[in-house]
Amino acid sequence: MTPLPPFQTVLDEHAAAVMGILRGAVGRDGAEDCFQETFLAALRAYPKLGDAANLRGWLLTIAHRKAIDHHRARGRNPVPVAELPEAAVEDGVPLRDDRLWEAVGALPPKQRAAVALRYGSDLPHAEIAAALGCSPEAARRSLHEGLKRLRKELA
Amino acid sequence: MKTATGNSIDPSIINKFRARAAEEGLLDVAYTTVDSPFGPLLLAQTKRGLVRVGFPHQDSDQLLAEIAERLSPRVLEAPAELDEVRRELDLYFEGKLDHFDLPLDWSLSGGFRQRVLRAIDRIPYGQTRTYTEMARKAGNERAVRAAGTACGSNPIPLVVPCHRVLRTGGAMGGYGGGLPMKEALLELEGVLGSKSSS
Repeated sequence: MTPLPPFQTVLDEHAAAVMGILRGAVGRDGAEDCFQETFLAALRAYPKLGDAANLRGWLLTIAHRKAIDHHRARGRNPVPVAELPEAAVEDGVPLRDDRLWEAVGALPPKQRAAVALRYGSDLPHAEIAAALGCSPEAARRSLHEGLKRLRKELA
Repeated sequence: MKTATGNSIDPSIINKFRARAAEEGLLDVAYTTVDSPFGPLLLAQTKRGLVRVGFPHQDSDQLLAEIAERLSPRVLEAPAELDEVRRELDLYFEGKLDHFDLPLDWSLSGGFRQRVLRAIDRIPYGQTRTYTEMARKAGNERAVRAAGTACGSNPIPLVVPCHRVLRTGGAMGGYGGGLPMKEALLELEGVLGSKSSS
């Protein structure tokens, strides 16, 4: 059993990843609130966690739940859709993050989370599955579907 | 697809998290690092009071890991929570403070050791005592060696002034922060002249 490190270490090591998936999952505007909710919930539960073996997966699971809560609270609107940036895409020029994340934010929840975890947080399939509470095959499928839709959307 | 850039987090977001954690009573241990004439000191505090002072040569990560294991893993860097400790230490190092007025948390030491440390805490500024006297005050005059060990394991040095404990006969004894630091502190308090004692 791995002893729990000081919570500050958890914050230092995983804050950026959590913010990354939250930006993908709920958009920039909602991400900060979800970030606060995620880390407060984590800090509350932390002493009872018992084992520090998979802190990242644990945090991302909480973040995923907070993102879902956020969407529920906002009703059907999947993301606060800011105006689409003008001239975001030119031939051969990479997409600006904003436009990209908006498209990610418009995906159905599972696909959105899978894409955000894979490309926002650079997680392997097994960890995505752990964070989403599904099998690795299901995670891979969600990711695949999400990417397909994004390609179509952003083509 | 490229991975997300701009993942760095605005410090104000972390500050807000810290403030909310404190508001909700989730900040079991707050810590920070402060400058001193001897190098950086680690300060850690619980809701009860100052619980740990780490010497410059000690590994802060190691000390914090111990605190997480022994007290609570809810350990967060929160400099503002330790402002008063920092203020009193600064004054002390300037020779402008002869009595710390800080709540202390003794929970990192127990039994005989804690009794020794509480006796040390009552040694006035600018005075010294012997290990034997401390052993007697803690209830066992013959446990001189154990009293020495208690000094050596003092979790709150400087504020609990184990530097004021010497060997019978006046020899320096040891010090967790190194003998030069012990001598410098006694010099600051006017106990030692500025001549080198070695």
